[in-house]
Amino acid sequence: MDRRTFLAGSCLGLLAFTWECGAEESVKLLATGSSTVAPLVAELARRFEQSHPTIRIDVQTGGSSRGVADARRGVVDFGMVSRALKTNESDLYVTTLANDGVSVIVHADNPVQALSRADLIALYRGEIDDWGRLGGKVGEPPVVVTKAAGRSTLELFASYLEMPPEELKAAIVIGDNQQGIKTVAGNPNAVGYVSIGAALQAMAAGTPIKVLPMNGIPATLEAVADGSFPISRPLNVVTRQPPNGALAQFLDFALAQAQSDIVVAMSFVPRHGQ
Amino acid sequence: MVSDRLLHSLLALFAALAAGLLLLVVGFIAQEALGLLQQLGVGAFLFHGEWQPYAGRFGLLPMLLTSLLLMLGAVAIATPLAVVGAACINFYLGRHSAILARRLVEIAAGIPSVVYGLWGLTLLVPLLAAIKQPGASLLAGMMVLALMILPTIVVVVDAGLRALPTHYRENAEALAIRRSGFVFAIALPAVRGSVITGATLAAARAIGETMVVMMVTGNLVQLPGSLFDPVRALTANIALEMAYAMDEHRSALYVSSLFLLLFAVALVLTNQLLLGWRGRHG
Repeated sequence: MDRRTFLAGSCLGLLAFTWECGAEESVKLLATGSSTVAPLVAELARRFEQSHPTIRIDVQTGGSSRGVADARRGVVDFGMVSRALKTNESDLYVTTLANDGVSVIVHADNPVQALSRADLIALYRGEIDDWGRLGGKVGEPPVVVTKAAGRSTLELFASYLEMPPEELKAAIVIGDNQQGIKTVAGNPNAVGYVSIGAALQAMAAGTPIKVLPMNGIPATLEAVADGSFPISRPLNVVTRQPPNGALAQFLDFALAQAQSDIVVAMSFVPRHGQ
Repeated sequence: MVSDRLLHSLLALFAALAAGLLLLVVGFIAQEALGLLQQLGVGAFLFHGEWQPYAGRFGLLPMLLTSLLLMLGAVAIATPLAVVGAACINFYLGRHSAILARRLVEIAAGIPSVVYGLWGLTLLVPLLAAIKQPGASLLAGMMVLALMILPTIVVVVDAGLRALPTHYRENAEALAIRRSGFVFAIALPAVRGSVITGATLAAARAIGETMVVMMVTGNLVQLPGSLFDPVRALTANIALEMAYAMDEHRSALYVSSLFLLLFAVALVLTNQLLLGWRGRHG
C-alpha cells in the first residue's frame, strides 16, 4: 500500500470513527484492486453514502491482481478488476459496473477511413513516415500521439497491439483524454487513441476529430457495452460470495440508470446505454 | 509596552510557522528522495540519458536541460519586451491610457496559467505545426511561457520606474534632453535592479510552471536537437507520472522535485549576487 492511500485511509478511518459515535449501527465495506475501477467506485460510493449514511465504503488501489487475490482470501468485501476474469478465477462472483473502450482518432480532415491492427503497430513503431502509405494524404508525415506511462488507456491499447506499453513510439505524449483530443483536433496529421466515451462526446460537441472503426466494427458505445469492440474491457467487481446485505445494496445502486451520469463523466460506458 | 511585546511575539510565532511549513515541505521531499539517491548515487540521475522508470533507469538530464532551456528562452524573449512595455506605459502614454494599460497588465498577470496553455495548444501549436511537425515543441513552450511571465516583469519594472525621484525627469527636461535620451540613458539604467528582480521572479515562475509546459511541449523525453523538437520538462514529468508511480519510480519523481527546489534556490542566489554586484559598482 502506498503512503498516500495509507494517509487517505487513516483520515477516512478517523472520519468513520467519529461518524460511528453518532450512528446506531454502521457497516464498513473495504475494496481493493484496479486503479482504473477505483475512481469509479469511489465516485459511486460518495453518492451512495449520502443516501445511506450508515454504510461507509473504503476504496484502495493495488491492481487487478490484488483485487482478485484479496477478494478470494476474503480480506476485503469486494475486489476491483479491470478485465474479463480468467478461467481459473471462475470461483469468484462477477458484477460488471461499466465498460471501458479505446478508440483510435484522427483529424476530421484526414482522408483515412480505417487503420488495421498492422497499420497501428507500424505507426506506433515509428515505421511510417508518409500518410500516403496508409491511404491518407501523400507526402504528409503522421504525428503519432500516445499516453504517458501508467495510464490504463495506454495499457489497454498496447495489449491490443500486443506490444509492451513502453515500446510505443510517438512524437507527442499526453496526459488525459481531453489533451489528446485537443492535440489531434489541432493537427491534421495527428493520430492518437483516447477513451471512446470522451471521443464521441467531443465529436458531438463539434470538435474536428474522427473516430476510426476497428476490425470493421464501428466505434460506438453499444459495441463497447456488448463487448464486440476489439479494444474494450469490462470494469468488474468480484466477490467470494454472492453479494448480499450492504454490498448488494451498493451494487444495485451503482448499476441503476440514475448513476449512469457518473460513469459517463469518467469516460466509461454504462452497461445499459445512456 | 505589553501590547508591543505581545504583538512582537505573535509576529515571531507566525513568521516561525511560515518558515517551519516550508522546512517541512523540503524535509518531506528530501525524505522521500534520499533513499533512492543514496542507493543509486546522484550520477545515476545526472549522467544517464534515459528515463525508463519501469526498467529502473532514471536519467533526468534531458528533462533538467529542457527545464533550463525553457526558462532561459522564455526570460530572453519576455524581458526586453517587458522593459520596453513598462517604459512605454511610464513615458509615452497619456495619463488615462497609462492607467488602462496598467490594469490590463495586472489582469494578464492574474490569468490562470492553464488558460495560456489552452491558447498555446489550440492556436500556437497548430501554427508551428504548419512550419514543422509536430508543432508541440521547445519553441512553443518558450513562447507561451514568455507570454505568461511578461506581465510579471512589466509590473516589477513599472513599479521601479514610478519610484524614480521626480527630479531626474525635471533635471533632464531642464537640460533639454530628448525623451528618448532620458528613457534609455537615464531612467532604464536607473531601474536595472528592478529588471533583474522582475526577470528572476519570472524565471522562477517559468521553471515551476507545469500545466502550460505539459500542454504545448509534446512531453517526449529527449535532448532537443532543434527548437522544433518535442521535449519534456521536469515539472511536466512529475504531473504526468506521479498519479501512477509506485516505489522507486515515485522516489525518482521526488528526486526531480528536489532538483527543482535546487533550481529555485540557485535563482534566488543569482538574484542576490547580481543585485549585490550592482550595489558595489553601480
